[in-house]
Amino acid sequence: MLSFIVRRLLQTLPIIMAVAALIFVMFSVIPGTFASSMSDDGRSVLDAEVMARMNKEFGLEDPVYVRFGKYAAQLASLDLGTSFRTRQPVASVIAERLWPTAQLAFASMLFAIVVGVPLGFIAAMRPGSWVDTVSMVGAVSGLSLPKFWLGLMLMYLFALVLGWLPSFGYGGGNPRYLILPSIALGVAPLALLARTTRAAVLDIMHADFVRTARSKGMSESKVVRWHLTRNALVIILTTIGLQFGTVIGQAVVIEKLFSWPGLGSLLVDSVTLRDIPVVQGTILVIVLLFLLINILVDALCAIIDPRIKYT
Amino acid sequence: MFKKFAITTALALTMSAGAYAETPRQGGTIRFTAPYGSSFANLDIHTSNRAQDEIWAKAIHRSLYNWDANANKPVLELAKDVTVSGDGLVHTFKLRDDAYFHNGRKMTADDVIWSYTRLMDGSKAYPGARYVRLIKGAVDVEKGQAKEISGLKKIDDHTIEMTLTERVDPGFSFYPAMTSIYPADEATKDSFATKPIGLGPYKFVEYVPGSRLVAERWEKFYKPGKPHADRVTVSIMGEASARDVAFRNQEIDTSILGPTQYVAYKADPELSKGLLEVPEVYTRVMGMNPSFKPFADKRVRQAINYAIDADLIIKRLVKDKAYRATSWLPISSPAYDKDMKPYPYDPEKAKKLLAEAGYPDGFEFEWTATSNESWGIPIVEAVIPMLEKVGIKVKIKPVEGTVLSEVARSGNYQAFIWSNTSGPDPLTSLKCFHSATPQSACNYTQFKNAGFDKLLDEAAATDDQAKKIDNLKKANAILREEVPMWWFNYNKAVMAYQPWVKGLQPNATELAIQNYEDMWVDASSPAAK
Repeated sequence: MLSFIVRRLLQTLPIIMAVAALIFVMFSVIPGTFASSMSDDGRSVLDAEVMARMNKEFGLEDPVYVRFGKYAAQLASLDLGTSFRTRQPVASVIAERLWPTAQLAFASMLFAIVVGVPLGFIAAMRPGSWVDTVSMVGAVSGLSLPKFWLGLMLMYLFALVLGWLPSFGYGGGNPRYLILPSIALGVAPLALLARTTRAAVLDIMHADFVRTARSKGMSESKVVRWHLTRNALVIILTTIGLQFGTVIGQAVVIEKLFSWPGLGSLLVDSVTLRDIPVVQGTILVIVLLFLLINILVDALCAIIDPRIKYT
Repeated sequence: MFKKFAITTALALTMSAGAYAETPRQGGTIRFTAPYGSSFANLDIHTSNRAQDEIWAKAIHRSLYNWDANANKPVLELAKDVTVSGDGLVHTFKLRDDAYFHNGRKMTADDVIWSYTRLMDGSKAYPGARYVRLIKGAVDVEKGQAKEISGLKKIDDHTIEMTLTERVDPGFSFYPAMTSIYPADEATKDSFATKPIGLGPYKFVEYVPGSRLVAERWEKFYKPGKPHADRVTVSIMGEASARDVAFRNQEIDTSILGPTQYVAYKADPELSKGLLEVPEVYTRVMGMNPSFKPFADKRVRQAINYAIDADLIIKRLVKDKAYRATSWLPISSPAYDKDMKPYPYDPEKAKKLLAEAGYPDGFEFEWTATSNESWGIPIVEAVIPMLEKVGIKVKIKPVEGTVLSEVARSGNYQAFIWSNTSGPDPLTSLKCFHSATPQSACNYTQFKNAGFDKLLDEAAATDDQAKKIDNLKKANAILREEVPMWWFNYNKAVMAYQPWVKGLQPNATELAIQNYEDMWVDASSPAAK
């Protein structure tokens, strides 16, 4: 297992390098610079001299290959560079946003798992029943709802109409502030988990080993616990792993809507203001988190299902 | 038009004066919002010229001058008095001797000199350098040829002599937050970037990047009895719809409104009672590039102004959240000519002018625009059928705001639509059309007119205020006639405020920027304690 994890970690290196190169190329060809973003509100005129100095200060006047060389050398020494905007190390800019994003991602996935997995199980145990129909219609709707709209509707209902929760903000980590954004972000993975769980359980329910267990007189609860759950869990875990990474990526919309101080809003702001070092660093961190979570999930699957052998 | 402005301003002033008529209540929290999209750049206001950053900076920092929204002009803030030499170049400031930084140290002339010298550090490219460059010798520091600004002299701890390179009112240059005065020694420490120390009415408490900034009352603030509130929170809320919910839910005290919300709030019997409307110094225009052959002809540019029914667009699309533009200078400018008429909607005249210019069948051009609802693609889409009526076809080139500013500066466009600052100083603003101003600065349409230049140069040289204003009015009239741009509208900024909020100021330079020390909340505020 240890050698598997080490090998998988090593495999992430070329992926990270490829992503880093891709982001660099993308932001080298798109128009606009940090200096030009300083007056995009039309309010302040930034004179050409200051703009030129800014471009020079940030190394934007160097040829692309020189910039790429510097960028690659920085990455090799685990340095993400300095933010144009905050003039602070990118690593510290990202670090202060990591915890709010982790809170949001964990909370939304917790919501998705706690509701979605049992819903999928119940639907699978009673296929064709009203429970199945209602939960699957709900799942399809959940997958189709635009997050921005859903977030607004949640704000409207739970903050404005019912007055139960605050509509925006971080609240210094107060859990009340976490509820609405995590529901808005968690509905899509919830829907996917419910559908995946239902499909997996239905599939396993008709498998030979389940039929054999039942014919041998094993109680239904034991069949569900030992055979259905354990086997379905591999598929469910894999989905959770994939969704975890997706949730971090999709937090962009929700964080902006709820003024949540996470990586998503940092990414949007940095793209808008062409703070390229922060954009590159944030995307790399998101990709790295996605890869690490999936390695963890693979390892968990191997523990749950001994038939899975990683060589 | 002017009547409308007069009524609006009178209402704003009445509201403001009304607030002062009550005895300000001490205590509570002002829950303000920063509505312009992105997070704050950082907590070093010298590095940012964005309105979004000035919103928080106004709580913590102060500059040599401040903007007096009611008088609509810059006034002394950190100085008690200024004397000006006969040639108008040497300004001697008597600084306040009661201004304390948030670490308890008294401000001195050294802090002013240090702050302006810092802004001229050529290796750092501080945006405020463009203002400090006005001081003699500042450019030498910027170029690394000197370490001190020769035009800044400390007479004593609280007296400073500033020699300018031209006869202008330094108030317009030294009121923005990006020229804030920092504590000389403390600002060199690394911690200053995360825990700013200023001279403002509130001292820094906490910043949650991307979410909010909190500041609390500075007991040693130099204005007696101020600030009134104990705390100010500035929440970063770029999404208008989220702001709308939060405002209606009484979680925030103010919200800047867009056209759609403006209609909804005006129609609401309760919300309509708390609207502050101000004609801001922003002019929305379509810039026409004279390098594109048809736009080199004045008749074509005039034809475009005749061919577009701007009033209809303002009414239907901008929902009357704007004033019709007649030329460049906005309604709130001291050199605005209230008798000037806008180009009327006259497609027949437009066709005639196009025919005279050699384009009887019209032509096609590419129009660069962002997605902005008030001065972007939605407006262009409304204009397209109007221009088609006179034979002009339009291809939209959608871009981001960041790209638009670069496009305008580089001249890599045929036409663009933008909202640009056109004040508060009419002379500075009109200089953007002076032939000596490069396109890369702000002469985006490469405007050149000898008569215009002469009027501006004379206005800059004279001490006679009436003559200056007269010249600027005439220069603005030349712009109307020469139409380097389609004059679309002047922004009407609208701020919704809760009934418990008092002391808001009708700031025409940017309504979202307020002097928080003048604001207070009454006992009915949910954050009154």
